[in-house]
Amino acid sequence: MLTIKDLNVHYGGIHALRGVSLEVPEGKIITLVGANGAGKSTLLRTICSLVPATSGSIKFFDRELTEMLSFKVVQEGIAMAPEGRKVFVNLSVYENLMMGAFNRTNHDEIKKDLDSVFNIFPRLKEREKQQAATLSGGEQQMLAVGRALMSRPKLLMLDEPSLGLAPLLIKEVFRVIRAIHKEGTTILLIEQNAMAALQIAHYGYVMETGKIVLEGTGEDLLNDERVKKAYLGESI
Amino acid sequence: MEPTVFAQQLINGISLGSLYGLIAIGYTMVYGILRLINFAHGDVMMMGCFFAFYGIMMFSLPWWASFIIALVLTGLLGVLIDRGAYRPVRNAPRISALITAIGVSFLLENAGLVVFGGRQKAFYRPEIFSEVHTIGGVRFLELLIWVPIITLLILAVILFIIYKTKVGRAMRCISHDMETTRLMGVDVNRVIAITFAVGSVAAAAGGIMWAMRYPQINPLMGIIPGLKAFVAAVLGGIGNVAGAMIGGLLLGLAEILLVAIRPDLSGYRDAIAFAILILILIFRPTGLMGEKLPE
Repeated sequence: MLTIKDLNVHYGGIHALRGVSLEVPEGKIITLVGANGAGKSTLLRTICSLVPATSGSIKFFDRELTEMLSFKVVQEGIAMAPEGRKVFVNLSVYENLMMGAFNRTNHDEIKKDLDSVFNIFPRLKEREKQQAATLSGGEQQMLAVGRALMSRPKLLMLDEPSLGLAPLLIKEVFRVIRAIHKEGTTILLIEQNAMAALQIAHYGYVMETGKIVLEGTGEDLLNDERVKKAYLGESI
Repeated sequence: MEPTVFAQQLINGISLGSLYGLIAIGYTMVYGILRLINFAHGDVMMMGCFFAFYGIMMFSLPWWASFIIALVLTGLLGVLIDRGAYRPVRNAPRISALITAIGVSFLLENAGLVVFGGRQKAFYRPEIFSEVHTIGGVRFLELLIWVPIITLLILAVILFIIYKTKVGRAMRCISHDMETTRLMGVDVNRVIAITFAVGSVAAAAGGIMWAMRYPQINPLMGIIPGLKAFVAAVLGGIGNVAGAMIGGLLLGLAEILLVAIRPDLSGYRDAIAFAILILILIFRPTGLMGEKLPE
């Protein structure tokens, strides 16, 4: 579905991505783990054309994304819940969700998806009319994910959805990711919480200083000595 | 002050303030989404007046048709300025865009001097606005009643666009976070172009009413109203459309009433506006209705 080949990105004077190749097959959950500053977010931002690629290719089905404007990439069927939630705090919860459906015109289908988002996140339904600024961090994270779902994406990219959340909420977030996947959405998940991410992923990549250093099925990576040492802590 | 004189000045102040407010809307909308003070905005208003002028004088159109065409052309001019001058420096430091705006302002003024000539031109005031009424000793031009009404109508339409339409929602998103708005699949440049169009049409409407009031026009006529409208936008809280209108009204009233109370200060009329600007910037930089800035 998404095929990245030998991608190089220079960002703020740094060679941020060094020959990254990665594959997201349709219907899977793929995760990308790695420490802070490894280049994970840069990769997602490059896929969305928020950051220009220096060389290499990003193919979505048979369309090349590297030369495409950001809003066109989204129209191709890719949605991202960006790092740090980035909800529109000056808009209501409802308006935020409708922004996710900006390019859709079928009102019945939008309504249906709105209901299904409210179904996944009952909290958002309760706060539909409130300004997003009044939401807690966890609720804003739900809103960011819900907003991304409202475009009914073929590929959903989640950038650190568990960041800064209480442990109970983290569990909830991963439960939701599974549920969204079950509905048929392909997911590319970026996480520092490698343990949880690898547990739900079909396939995983480990990134270090702009390079993919390791890849394998979620299970393989969980059992890999290097991964255990670097990301999962000794206790596992 | 006698009540009749006061009423007279009140009418003058409200109509002048409405015009400041209408022009201020364009400043505040563009600032709201681009953080750019579009210093060419007053000159866009001037261009609107000349479009209307030539529509009537050269093409002998009926006044209303000429005004409507002028509004449309001015809206297109706003889009063209954004496309040609501001979009190329969209990702440059903010100061570059500001200097570009000053450049566009000089370009319009001087091109206007060359093409239209520097002399004052008499602007046509339609009969229906020309009648002079006298009510209880207060004499006023019919136009001065229409100015606030038309202004409020335009304000209502613009507020509707901003708060009730999809494009308006996108405008509010861009003002908060342009990059994330792109992630929603929004063609940000298109929304910005629409913002320029709306602001420019409002300026043209203000300009045409301004021109009917005085009633003469020249290529430098946009400078002072432009600067005053900028003061109005800052006074109301830049970025806030309703605030721009309130700022405009307050500024218009302050100017007119101060001169009415102290006619000997009439030479300082323009100074009053800029004194208000300085005071606002010192004591309340976010304006009367401005949002609190995050720290």
